[in-house]
Amino acid sequence: MGKTIAEKILSRKSGQDVRSGDIVIADLDFIMGQDGTSPLAIKAFSEMQATKVFDPSRVAMVIDHSAPSPLEGVSELHQQMRVFAGEQGINFYDIGDGVCHQLMPEQGHVVPGDLVIGADSHTCTYGAINVFSTGVGSTDLAAGLIAGKLWFKVPETFKFILNGTLPAGVFSKDLILYLIGDVTADGATYMAAEYVGEAIEALSIEGRFTISNMAIEMGAKCGLMQADQKTVEWVKVHSQKETHITNPDPDAVYAKVKEYDVSNLEPQVARPHTVDNVAPISQVAGTPVQQGVIGTCTNGRIEDLRNAARILKGRKINKDTRLIVAPASRQIMLQAMREGLLQIFVEAGAAVVTPGCGPCVGTHNGVPSDGENVISTANRNFKGRMGNNRAFVYLGSPATVAASVLQGKITDPREYLL
Amino acid sequence: MDLKGKVHKFGDDVNTDYIISGRHKFKTLDMKELAKYVMEDLDPDFYSKVEKGDFIVGGRNFGCGSSREQAPLAIINADISAVIAKSFARIFYRNCINTGLPVIECDTDQIDEGDELEINLGAGVLHNRTKNIDIKIAPLPGVMLKILSEGGLVEHFKKHGTFNFD
Ligand code: SF4
Repeated sequence: MGKTIAEKILSRKSGQDVRSGDIVIADLDFIMGQDGTSPLAIKAFSEMQATKVFDPSRVAMVIDHSAPSPLEGVSELHQQMRVFAGEQGINFYDIGDGVCHQLMPEQGHVVPGDLVIGADSHTCTYGAINVFSTGVGSTDLAAGLIAGKLWFKVPETFKFILNGTLPAGVFSKDLILYLIGDVTADGATYMAAEYVGEAIEALSIEGRFTISNMAIEMGAKCGLMQADQKTVEWVKVHSQKETHITNPDPDAVYAKVKEYDVSNLEPQVARPHTVDNVAPISQVAGTPVQQGVIGTCTNGRIEDLRNAARILKGRKINKDTRLIVAPASRQIMLQAMREGLLQIFVEAGAAVVTPGCGPCVGTHNGVPSDGENVISTANRNFKGRMGNNRAFVYLGSPATVAASVLQGKITDPREYLL
Repeated sequence: MDLKGKVHKFGDDVNTDYIISGRHKFKTLDMKELAKYVMEDLDPDFYSKVEKGDFIVGGRNFGCGSSREQAPLAIINADISAVIAKSFARIFYRNCINTGLPVIECDTDQIDEGDELEINLGAGVLHNRTKNIDIKIAPLPGVMLKILSEGGLVEHFKKHGTFNFD
């Protein structure tokens, strides 16, 4: 009987032949914490009476959630991270470097076949390059920092077969929103998701990250993809680390399999206040929006900025609407600068802010006011998510956000692209 | 472990932003302070209603969303003794065990706001005193039971220096 990607990686990293349902202690290849979770992990680390992390080269901490610090209390927590990083000699990314989930693959810390934990729920992002990566809390992070290992329940796998070709103006964000709407917010709870098929193969690695990033929004532990030629080439450019490409056996056993044809998919929008409250754009077009956000670990990559800039170029956003753009990393911001994209955004009327989480999580950089509607490229639209529980957050692709801020209402981007 | 208290009932998909909002959690590591804002977006008076030992009861997918451990810690510091739901999101579930907050999976349709419950974790029994019924609860895997019984993962590491499930 064959194995899934999850079973294979956890078998190799635990040195045992394991199947879904088994509980294992497995070696970690990389450990990441961000500024919302690391301070508690550092506290747990010292409460556990540890003095040294197991391997500083395999640990990174990132200040991205409140970067630069908007408050005295936050500054204090940031300082604790800087001190810890300095003492331990770990990899450290400070304000302006970018969102943790962009930095981990971009800076070459994670490669195919790796087992990775991050104290952030969207750690599942790196599944797009064949990494078993999953979010944990601060105490698990501290345990990982000390032991270099963590216990895992080997998950069952939910396989999504995605056939066909995405139509023009429809992006990987639309695809993953559609899937979440279909299986709902707990459709893959406790499971690994595996995304396969020609629609996935046709995507760039950037487009694939968007899909794996949102695996957690269907409850999944990780959002895995096979490594193909594109993966190998992308990883080669970003990392020197040895890879262990791990593709599933043809006779692997899946807990669930669902097959889709994406050829007629419309742009999709998640409506307030849950990510699985998804509708095709035709049903929500015309809803007024006061703020747009382009960025985050879901859709702040160069391809996303290009897609938005194509629509915004030479145009002005609606006078009653604001637009915030936060590139996902310093490298992406530099690239966007070189390509003239930032110029396009600023001329269109956008506020371009520091690479980082920005307004995604309500800490700063664009908290909406009461009753306002926001259209964002982020991955969550929970009530209060952006810092105001009387605001309404819609989620869509960068193209959908760009088209919507031009008109001041939710707008099908194909009006500008086709 | 015997637990006793009354029920504060919520619905499906209670996410960690509702448990403790991002706008509070980044500000401080003072969990007593954060506890004041537990469930604030769903019920602004929640904190003032809780008596020591009470239970939070949810529906499906309780604790979905972010990995913030402030969520179980704030619940513990609000003097809630356990969270009971039909199902839990994975990271939250793990975080509860690691921080020493009992999580109980069972059918919560027979539990209503204000009901008085008695729970014997070791025996795996939940008794609804108000309705005078027993509700079956799903057993915890051995690894989790061990961490929980030692008072959480910090205590486990203090005692063993690493993972030790033998
Ligand atoms: S961009 Fe948003 S979802 Fe991504 S890591 Fe930052 S806060 Fe979390």
